[in-house]
Amino acid sequence: MYTQALDTHGREPVPAPAAEAASAARFQARVDAEEKIEPKDWMPEAYRQTLIRQISQHAHSEIVGMLPEGNWITRAPSLRRKAVLIAKVQDEGGHGMYLYSAAETLGIARAQMFEQLLAGTAKYSSIFNYPTLTWADIGAIGWLVDGAAIMNQIPICRCSYGPYARAMVRICKEESFHQRQGFEIMLTLSRGSPAQRAMAQDALNRWWWPSIMMFGPSDADSKHTAQSMRWKIKRFSNDELRQRFIDITVPQAQFLELSIPDRELRWDEATQHFHIGPIDWDEFHAVLKGNGPCNRERLEARRNAYQGGAWVRAAASAHAAKQAAREQAMQTTQARQA
Amino acid sequence: MSDPTLEPSAADWPLFEVFIRSRSGLEHKHVGSLHAADARMAIEHARDVYTRRQEGVSIWVVRSADIVASDPAEADALFEPARDKVYRHPTFYAIPDEVKNL
Repeated sequence: MYTQALDTHGREPVPAPAAEAASAARFQARVDAEEKIEPKDWMPEAYRQTLIRQISQHAHSEIVGMLPEGNWITRAPSLRRKAVLIAKVQDEGGHGMYLYSAAETLGIARAQMFEQLLAGTAKYSSIFNYPTLTWADIGAIGWLVDGAAIMNQIPICRCSYGPYARAMVRICKEESFHQRQGFEIMLTLSRGSPAQRAMAQDALNRWWWPSIMMFGPSDADSKHTAQSMRWKIKRFSNDELRQRFIDITVPQAQFLELSIPDRELRWDEATQHFHIGPIDWDEFHAVLKGNGPCNRERLEARRNAYQGGAWVRAAASAHAAKQAAREQAMQTTQARQA
Repeated sequence: MSDPTLEPSAADWPLFEVFIRSRSGLEHKHVGSLHAADARMAIEHARDVYTRRQEGVSIWVVRSADIVASDPAEADALFEPARDKVYRHPTFYAIPDEVKNL
């Protein structure tokens, strides 16, 4: 709540530099004390812009994330799997809605965020630009992609910005089923026929590295981490979260009796962590820049959906206007009779 | 954007705040917001967005523009007067232990 529409005080006057510094110090003290920042509270412009960027990208990721999985709804192997997949994809749409709401509290209109996504100027998670070629990909996405997302998102439940933190609590609660249903698909396939096992292994081969890249650039190349940590938007660095994900996921792959596509993968006694081989950052940057296997297809699908829904939006607006006019007319008649 | 048919409608539909009663006997609680063409659509969308797991038995929607909120900058002036009135709490009063039922 407390979005633009609520802001009856109009725009905040730009404070003088001295006042700005005092406000900034007060703001940082509140953040340091683990107080939540709420929409109408004073906040540095850079904090606001960082959050708008991060939350809207997060929302776009949920929305675009519906596409690779939606691809398999009509071909799910059983009614149970189909019902589960529909519920999961619907959740992703819901997550997008929670996040757009949270971003709006910072003063950006939803239409503007849609526009940025459709125009291709907004970023979303690189992972959704990979294709879902087989049913096993649905398992791998739930297990690895949602698993990595949970690892990323749980610390954001304690983000300093109240509406974002609250949206994340709701999302994380729902996300756990996503990961478990994915692992269950992988487990079923890995215990199935040789062809099913091969399908599961192939999915792991293709989704492992893109999932590892979901944590973003390594700490050495992550420009904004320090500031985001000071603001308590971020709690752990990309590499810390990535390592944690690897450490819990490798034993799960072992349980599935599938092999991780990394020859250098080994347990390191000294660090008590799994050591992995080098990450192909060129691929990561290429996908982010729009040159992944499905970037164009994903945006095209969003644009088509937006265009295809235009008549529905127009009809709903027309209906609402007609109802409002009818009510108005009735009230006028009643007032005259009274 | 080059393609005019992609242009999102100039203005969003009105924003509604959503309040859910999680079960009978409890109050409605704010859960978030959404856009809708009218109140009826807001209720239907709220059902899909906020109660996919039986989170509610009743929904209120209120146009966000109709909510009047207090100003955080005036929080001190508003709430500070209650701070030194601890005598409004029962623990303010020292009663000997042997006195029961008080």
